[in-house]
Amino acid sequence: MAALARSWATKPGIGRVALLFWFGLAILPLVGSVWDSPSFDYYLFMGQSMLIYAISVLGLNLLIGFNGQISLGHSAFFAVGAYTAAILMNFGGIPYWATLPVAAVVCFGAGFMFGFPALKLEGHYLALATFTLAIAVPQLLKHKSIAGWTGGVGGLLLDKPDPPFGLPLSADQWLYYLCLAVAMLLFWIVFNMLRGRSGRALMAIRDHAMAAGTMGIDTALYKTVAFGISAGITGVAGALSAITIAYVAPDSFTLQLSISFLVGLVVGGIASLPGCMIGGAFIVVVQNSSQSISDWMKETFSLRYDVPAWAIYGTLLLLLMFFLPNGIAGGVVAVRGWLARKFR
Amino acid sequence: MEFFVQQIASGLTSGAIYACVALGLVMIYVSTDHINFAQGEMAMFATYLAWSMIDAGVPYWVAFGSTILVAFFSGLFIQRVILKPLETAPVLALVVCFIALLSIFNALAGMIWSFTIKQFPSPFPRVDIFGNGLVSAQQIGVVAVTLVMLAILTVFFRYTTLGLAMRAAAQNAASARLMGVRVSWMLALGWGLASGIGAIAGMLVAPIVFLDPNMMTGILVYGFAGALVGGIANPMGAVAGGFIVGVLENLVGSYIIGNELKLSFALIMVVGVLLLKPAGIFGRVIVRRV
Amino acid sequence: MAAILEVKGLSAWYGQSRALFDLDLTIEQGGVTALLGANGAGKTTSLRAICNMVRRTGTTILDGADISRKSTEDIVRLGVAHVPEGRGTFVGLSVEENLRLAFHIRRDRKAAERDIEKVFAYFPRLKERIHQQAGTLSGGEQQMLAVARALMLAPRLMLLDEPSFGLAPLIVQEIFRILRRINEDEKVSMLIVEQNAALALELADNVYLLETGKVVMSGPSAMVKDDETLRKAYLGY
Repeated sequence: MAALARSWATKPGIGRVALLFWFGLAILPLVGSVWDSPSFDYYLFMGQSMLIYAISVLGLNLLIGFNGQISLGHSAFFAVGAYTAAILMNFGGIPYWATLPVAAVVCFGAGFMFGFPALKLEGHYLALATFTLAIAVPQLLKHKSIAGWTGGVGGLLLDKPDPPFGLPLSADQWLYYLCLAVAMLLFWIVFNMLRGRSGRALMAIRDHAMAAGTMGIDTALYKTVAFGISAGITGVAGALSAITIAYVAPDSFTLQLSISFLVGLVVGGIASLPGCMIGGAFIVVVQNSSQSISDWMKETFSLRYDVPAWAIYGTLLLLLMFFLPNGIAGGVVAVRGWLARKFR
Repeated sequence: MEFFVQQIASGLTSGAIYACVALGLVMIYVSTDHINFAQGEMAMFATYLAWSMIDAGVPYWVAFGSTILVAFFSGLFIQRVILKPLETAPVLALVVCFIALLSIFNALAGMIWSFTIKQFPSPFPRVDIFGNGLVSAQQIGVVAVTLVMLAILTVFFRYTTLGLAMRAAAQNAASARLMGVRVSWMLALGWGLASGIGAIAGMLVAPIVFLDPNMMTGILVYGFAGALVGGIANPMGAVAGGFIVGVLENLVGSYIIGNELKLSFALIMVVGVLLLKPAGIFGRVIVRRV
Repeated sequence: MAAILEVKGLSAWYGQSRALFDLDLTIEQGGVTALLGANGAGKTTSLRAICNMVRRTGTTILDGADISRKSTEDIVRLGVAHVPEGRGTFVGLSVEENLRLAFHIRRDRKAAERDIEKVFAYFPRLKERIHQQAGTLSGGEQQMLAVARALMLAPRLMLLDEPSFGLAPLIVQEIFRILRRINEDEKVSMLIVEQNAALALELADNVYLLETGKVVMSGPSAMVKDDETLRKAYLGY
């Protein structure tokens, strides 16, 4: 896994592929000006969701993949980010773009704080504590003492922002670019962080915490800060989701959201940055096509029942753990290595 | 005062259920060192099986017994097919597997029985047993079933050679193998037992909270809290922990924080115990090799 | 005398590195064979390989039956009792439970009950501590418990991995005296791995000398005992 991470994070040449990839993403919305279809706005919305999930998975991957701390509670940080943005926009009259850095800071703080108890927990126990966090959060958000701010069970309805400076874009095109810009910025930051000294420290802690400690790495500091940054990134994704959906409600932030992130992480590839993008896209594709997948499965296997998305997620997770433990990105690396050996 | 006694009684009732869940978790933890996040959903699924049988006219206790058996063999099967190949896999892979199982069982239950809530019958009448409105036969029944199960398990582990072999396998797998114990089957047996115990918990709780695919989520968290309070490597402790958590939850819920924050209370208990007393109240500190 | 165990071309690996090279051994029925050699010579590995506890190749024949591909548990069930390095005590179980564990695989319940008494006759110290947690026993007592546990399996062949390890000389002598009695009275064949060569040579009829995973010499123990150059070269005394 470490070798994989190194190859993705530092390989020369990956920069060109990445640039092409981001450029491709940037011109996608322009298709709308040629292809005038009413469903195009929906595809743009899917694109936004993919980018948002990719950012969340990036946050989670930083923690799990690169630092070895398992979290099933990132839906909580996503929720904090979303509510931070929603409350600031609704009650503070703060412009939507300005809520993003605030959400980042608030979630960094929350993650950093949670990082302290997490220091004393490892493996299964950390998974357990964060699992509990994920389950407790929706109930917490509904509580009447903060209902004045959170809108209680009903949540908060927001206004969808218009493109600034009179840009000739539709609202969804603009939001797509907003998500894309934030995603690029965050991926760039994480990429640079992992490439340097702190990245090596994070991975050393993951591979052998005690040895890392004897090398003079302040493991406690790195682990809590990693938790903070990870939560901060996922929080920004939460804020973006509040802005793009223009609505927040407690029941969108359940354990299942955390599981979606985990699915994205595992499908894309543990400790892989491109994997985060793959994972983010994957989550949205399955969510949106679960009905057709279900219909197809009913047809082919002559099932009597609908197959829900969660059954598909679960089965996929199991299969991946058995056959492709490093996800699609890991599979690509493996195939590329195999081809290189084969046609040397 | 009357209210207080009622709260204690209903606390003990939910405590009995948490104790079952905790016991199932301990069973798996002791034999494999894993924390099974799918424990609750497996129990829920088994409860639906029982519901289907009862719905088809099978007498309650027959359905109860056969559900435990089916759950036992499914647990055994899951260990053999899914977890055995991952014996040496990293923790993350196992956590992912448990989460996958959780999703699959939840989705399957929704798919087969729909997400609408169902009434689950109770074998115990809801009559007031002492005529003073404090304790119902239902509550006594739930606690009694848990205690009987605990007694059976104690006898099994203490006085049968199979139980002894399971304990030996859990303590020192290599050495147990050298005594001819088929260790990997003992782990599977642990899963089977855990799954059977979980089914009991599900069938006990379903008449109280109604049957729906998400019914065990909160209960699982309390089961975790119970197992941790009592010591996750200690069956007796886990049962005691389950009862303690049940009573505390009710008292704290009705007197201090209100029912809306009960899950947060469970979160605080889980994190608190993990931080302050990881071995639980009754547990031994386990020294870990590095 | 017939052979109880025949080992042919036994090789073993730990990961990529090979620890045994085509070992051939013959353990005689009712006899005691010693496997001697320095640290890292492959003594413990040989015992583990016989029980299929490491990745290995080669054939092992127990009393005419091929056991090369059997699992550790099945080999034990066929009558090979392995007293492992480090004694393998079940620290959380009582002394009695440690012994009763053998009941799990024994079908002859009555004979097994009698065997407990027999084992206590060999090791009266264990009887005194019958209800004690095995983890609280001294090192010597734990070694006795390990031998007693193996004896409870009613074995045909016992594999003993350094029974003298870390024990006081007096205790070691006591244990070796008991091992001799077990060998004579119970007709249990033994393959014993030892660092304490002098002691093992006293007990054994036959000796194999191992060096870096290969047999360098074998023969009756009297021969090794009398050959000073051999002793000096390989056994260091």
